Amino acid sequence: MTSILTNLFDGVAYGMLLFVLACGLAVTLGLMNFVNLAHGAFAMAGGYVCMVLVNRMGWPFFAALPLAFVSSAAIGIVLERTLYRHLYARSHLDQVLFTIGLTFMSVAAVDYIQGSSRVFINLPAALQGQFDLFGVGIGRYRLMIIVICGLLTIGLQMVLAKTRFGSRLRAAVDDPRAASGLGINVPQVFAFTFAFGCGLAGLGGALSAEILGLDPYFPLKFMIYFLIVVTVGGSSSITGPFLASLLLGIGDVAGKYYVPKMGPFVIYTMMIVILIWRPNGLFGRTAAR
Amino acid sequence: MSASSDVGYHAQRKARWHFGEAAFWLIVLACGFLFPTRYLIMTDILRLALFAMSLDLILGYAGIVSLGHAAFFGVGAYAAGLLALHGIINEPVLALIVAGLAAMVLGFATSFLVIRGVDLTRLMVTLGIALLLEALAERFSNITGGTDGLQGIEMQPIFGEIPFDMFGKAGFFYSLAVLFVLFLFARRVVHSPFGLSLRAIKNNPLRAAAIGIPVNRRLIAIYTLAAFYAGIAGALFTQTTAIASLDVFAFERSADLMLVLVIGGTGYLYGGLVGAVIFRMLQEVFATITPQYWQFWIGLVLVVIVLVGRQRLHRWVLYVPNLIIKQVAGRKAVVAVPESDS
Repeated sequence: MTSILTNLFDGVAYGMLLFVLACGLAVTLGLMNFVNLAHGAFAMAGGYVCMVLVNRMGWPFFAALPLAFVSSAAIGIVLERTLYRHLYARSHLDQVLFTIGLTFMSVAAVDYIQGSSRVFINLPAALQGQFDLFGVGIGRYRLMIIVICGLLTIGLQMVLAKTRFGSRLRAAVDDPRAASGLGINVPQVFAFTFAFGCGLAGLGGALSAEILGLDPYFPLKFMIYFLIVVTVGGSSSITGPFLASLLLGIGDVAGKYYVPKMGPFVIYTMMIVILIWRPNGLFGRTAAR
Repeated sequence: MSASSDVGYHAQRKARWHFGEAAFWLIVLACGFLFPTRYLIMTDILRLALFAMSLDLILGYAGIVSLGHAAFFGVGAYAAGLLALHGIINEPVLALIVAGLAAMVLGFATSFLVIRGVDLTRLMVTLGIALLLEALAERFSNITGGTDGLQGIEMQPIFGEIPFDMFGKAGFFYSLAVLFVLFLFARRVVHSPFGLSLRAIKNNPLRAAAIGIPVNRRLIAIYTLAAFYAGIAGALFTQTTAIASLDVFAFERSADLMLVLVIGGTGYLYGGLVGAVIFRMLQEVFATITPQYWQFWIGLVLVVIVLVGRQRLHRWVLYVPNLIIKQVAGRKAVVAVPESDS
C-alpha cells in the first residue's frame, strides 16, 4: 500500500516536472501551430546554466533557478526574433527540418563545451533524502518540485484567465487577424509567450537534472515526452496538457516499477492508442488548424 | 485536342526516358570500375539512396511527413539478419525479398494509423512506432542480441554463385542492381495513373476525393510500398555489413534521411540518389574536420537550407547546368527540380 502511495507521489512529481518542461511547447505547437522539436534544447540550456552557476561559481541552488529561467527566456527571445519568426507561415516539413537542425546543433555544441557525460547539480543538504509521512516515503526534492510546479501552474492559469495579457494571448490565438484589427500587437504577444515558454522549459531543465538526468542528449531523449504531453493534452487550455503530464508521469513511473521489463513501451503504446482514438488529443480542440 | 488527352500526352512525355537519366546511371556504374578502393562507402551511399527513395515515395509524392521511417529500415535489417543467422533462407536475394515483405506487412498494418489525422498526428505516430520498435528490439534481446546487436552473420553467395568478398565489390554491384531494379519499378509507379492520383492527393486531398480518387486506399498502398523499399534498404544494410544493431531504429537515422531528401529535392525520384551522395560527402568532410562534433555542422546545414528556402537553393544549384544546356542545346532549360512539397 505504502509503495503504491510512494509511487503515486513520485509519479505526480515527475508529471508536474514534465508539465513545466512542456507547457511552453503547448503554446508554440498547440496554439501557434508551430512544430518546435527543439524545445528540449531550451530546457537543456537552463539546466546547464544552473549547473555552472551552482557547481562552478558556488551560487545557492535557489538563486540559480531564476537565472536558469531568465537565460533560457533570453535565448528564446533572440532566436524567436531572428529565426523562428520567419518560419511561422512555412510548411510543417520546413519547421520540422529547421528545429531538428537546431536540436542537432545544440547537442553537439553542449557536448563540445561541457563534455558528453551526465552532469549533476550540487543540491543543498535540506533537499536531500526523504522523510516518512504516515509511513509513506516522501522525497524532499520531489516535494519541492511539486510545490514549485503547482504554484507555477496556478499562476499560469490565473495569468491566462484573469489578466489583460492573458486575454490578448487568447484573442491572438483564436483569430490573429481579428486580434490585430483590434489593435493587439500579435507578433509581440507571440514573441513574449514564446520566450516565457522557453524560460519555463529552462526552469524545468534545471529542476529535472536530478530526476531525469542532464546530458547533451537531453533534447533528443525527451522530445517524444514533450510531444506526447501536448498532443495528448490538446491545447484548449493549460488544463489539458497538465492532466496529460500527470497521466504520463504516473503511468511512466508505475510502468517502470511494476512491469520493468516492458520498459518504455507502456507510454508509447498509450500515446498511439490515444491518438488513434482521439486524433486531436484527449482534452479539447484540434491542435492544427 | 481534348483536355484529358492533353494531360495524358504530357504525362507520357514526362515518363519517357531522358538522355540525362541514362547518363546518370552509366556514371554510377562507371564509378564501380573507377574507384575500386572505395567500394564500402559507395555501397553505403547506394543503401542510403534506396532508403531515401523510399521516403521520397511517401513524402514527395503523397505528402506524408514521417519522422519514423527508420522503423521499416530496422525491421528489414533484423529480418535479413535473423534469416541469415539461423540459416532459414540462405540465398541472399530471396532473403532480401522476404525481409522487404516483412517490413511491408508492418507498413500495411501501421498505415491505418498514419492516414488518420493531420501532419502533427502523423509525425507523432510515425515517431512513436519507430521508438516502440526500438524498445521492443531492446526488450527481446534473446532474439535481437540487445545492445550488442546480431553478430556472426555469414552471408552465403548470391544465387549460390557470387560470394561476398572482403573488399565489398560483390556487395556494391549487388546493391547497385537492387537499387536499379527498384528504381525502375518506382519510376513506373509514379508515372502511372496511380502515381498521378497520388500527386493530386498531395496537392489537395479534398479535391482529389471529389473527383473520385479513393484517397485513403491510395495512401495505404503507397505507404505499404514505401515500407517495402525501406525494408529492402535495411536488409541490404545487414547483408553487406553483416551486422544489425539497435541503432537501425534510431531517430537520428530518420532525421538524417530527411536531410538527404531535402538536399536532393523531393518528388522526382533522383532526389534521394543525389542527396545521398552529397550527404555522405558532407559527412566525410565534417568528420575529418571535427570527428566528434560533425552533427553540429549537419544541423547547421539543415537550418541554412530551410532559412534560404529549398526551392531557391535548388534554382541556384541548377543555374550553371541549365546555362550550359541552354548554350549547347539552344533550348530552354530541361534540368529542373519539380515543385517540392507545399
